[in-house]
Amino acid sequence: MQGLQSLIDYMSQRVDLIWESTLTHLLYIGSVFVVGTIIAVTVGVLVRHRPVAREIALGIASVMLTIPSLGLFVMLIPLVGIGFWPPFIGLTIYSLLPIMRNTVAGLSSVDQAVLESARGMGMNSRQRLWRIELPLAWPVIITGVRVSVLLISGIAAIAALVGGGGLGDFINDGLTRIPLPGSLEAIWTGTLLIIFLALLIDSLFLLFRRATTPAGIR
Amino acid sequence: MTPTEPMIRLEAVEKIYPGSDIPAVARLDLEIMPGEILVLVGPSGCGKSTTLRLINRMIEPTSGHIFFEGEDVTNVDADQLRRKIGYVIQQIGLFPHRTIAENIATVPRLLDWDDDRIESRVDELLTMTGMEPSIFRSRYPKELSGGQAQRVGVARALAADPDVLLMDEPFGAVDPIARDRLQNEFLRLQAELKKTIVFVTHDIDEAIKMGDRIAILQEQSVIAQHDTPEAILAGPASKFVEDFLGAGATLKGLNLMRVREVEVDDMPTVVAPTSREQVLQTLDSSGSDWVLYLDEKRMPRRWLDRRSLDDVEALSGAGREVNAFVEPEDTVRDALEIMLHSTAGVACCVKPDGTYRGVIRLETLMALIADLQRQERDKQAAVAAASS
Repeated sequence: MQGLQSLIDYMSQRVDLIWESTLTHLLYIGSVFVVGTIIAVTVGVLVRHRPVAREIALGIASVMLTIPSLGLFVMLIPLVGIGFWPPFIGLTIYSLLPIMRNTVAGLSSVDQAVLESARGMGMNSRQRLWRIELPLAWPVIITGVRVSVLLISGIAAIAALVGGGGLGDFINDGLTRIPLPGSLEAIWTGTLLIIFLALLIDSLFLLFRRATTPAGIR
Repeated sequence: MTPTEPMIRLEAVEKIYPGSDIPAVARLDLEIMPGEILVLVGPSGCGKSTTLRLINRMIEPTSGHIFFEGEDVTNVDADQLRRKIGYVIQQIGLFPHRTIAENIATVPRLLDWDDDRIESRVDELLTMTGMEPSIFRSRYPKELSGGQAQRVGVARALAADPDVLLMDEPFGAVDPIARDRLQNEFLRLQAELKKTIVFVTHDIDEAIKMGDRIAILQEQSVIAQHDTPEAILAGPASKFVEDFLGAGATLKGLNLMRVREVEVDDMPTVVAPTSREQVLQTLDSSGSDWVLYLDEKRMPRRWLDRRSLDDVEALSGAGREVNAFVEPEDTVRDALEIMLHSTAGVACCVKPDGTYRGVIRLETLMALIADLQRQERDKQAAVAAASS
């Protein structure tokens, strides 16, 4: 109980700081979500009829996910300096695999008869993609995006180590000050807020998926 | 275009798939006349579907030319060409994320029709295919039965009023009874619309029923015989055709004969509103065991006999329900099947609007079959006598 009280005290004394770090964290998640989705869906669409290219793209995305995040962020520093960019680029790289994999899976699950009839009625390949394939693959794609966003909202904590800010700052700060007073509270603050943020985003995605899935395939 | 010019003409069309030496379709010449239903029929793997798909260039020919209303379309933009040709496939391929109205509006939208015109066209097509627009317009494909989905598939293919319709086993995925219904509806529709139709099936009975002309295909889409159903049944051109027609050409002939050509018998009827006394009087005066009860709209509802009049409040619930209906456009074979299913031995013949026309007795059909068989035997005897 005492621990909880001291955590609440710690947080209430730093509302502005918490707010600022949360916004930075959200900035990472939001920008990576947009850029990662665009890249991964585009690649997924481009490789959907090319089995070899598909395996190569998914293979590269898988390998990227195995690079230790701290290592990746640090390696990016000589290229883009410290601050926002190393975490942004690193997180974008991590975000690709789940979205790409689900884009490919979603597109290949579209009924062949539906595509055949679309083509037979004179839809060109662009019209088929935008009017038929993407809407039908959408629920699967959005699930990939959701997994991806959850993944990066955790990894984004590492941004603090390369001067990128975000809620990881609290964890980093706590770690460096152990066993000084307030160090555990800092770690708890960062961790709990990241979890809370992830859960919040996850439920928003559920609502978003429901709202954007066409009624006929719900 | 002169009236005798074919709507579609294939000239030495050949399809060889990459990596294969044997053509899937070998130098095919085929003419399809305006307003006719040409059925391509043959065993599986004969290339009939490939042939159909060459016409709207879903498959590009390796060589040869395709003419559409006299114009060579072998090299025009395939998407533009397909918007002018209706296309129905067995699995239908309705777009599951779009409503029925949106599905039907597909080609008109591609052609940039304005919204009002699309809306009224959708309603017109739904009505035409027997689906109430106010009910079905905003439904989704998953809410439809197989037969309804098939109707929507046809409506969608007809949406932009194409002159030509390509149909690849369109009724292959529905149960036999629903298939008969759909075939009859389609023939009735075609009698009004007079489209040029190429229809693929593997079922010779369906081919005989649907086709104005039939092209029987053997391997590599080589035409074994191309003629009217009557002519093919009367004179198969080769052993292959004979084998494909199979035994019982007589029974196949039942596919050619329509119910409207068969004599219907009268049956004593009573029309609602009526009374027990009226029914009894009708039974007495006609000497029949049964009397047919028609509702206010003259639709046959119940078979009534003396016994069924006891202990019953309303006549509309008495006796046996009428469950065997045939329409003028049904083939005699359909009628026979319907009777066998209903075990009634007599079927009510109704007009397209469902009102009573007469009854057809099993005996009538049996006599007809016996007659056809006698003719067949005589013909074979004559052939045998001539060849000996």
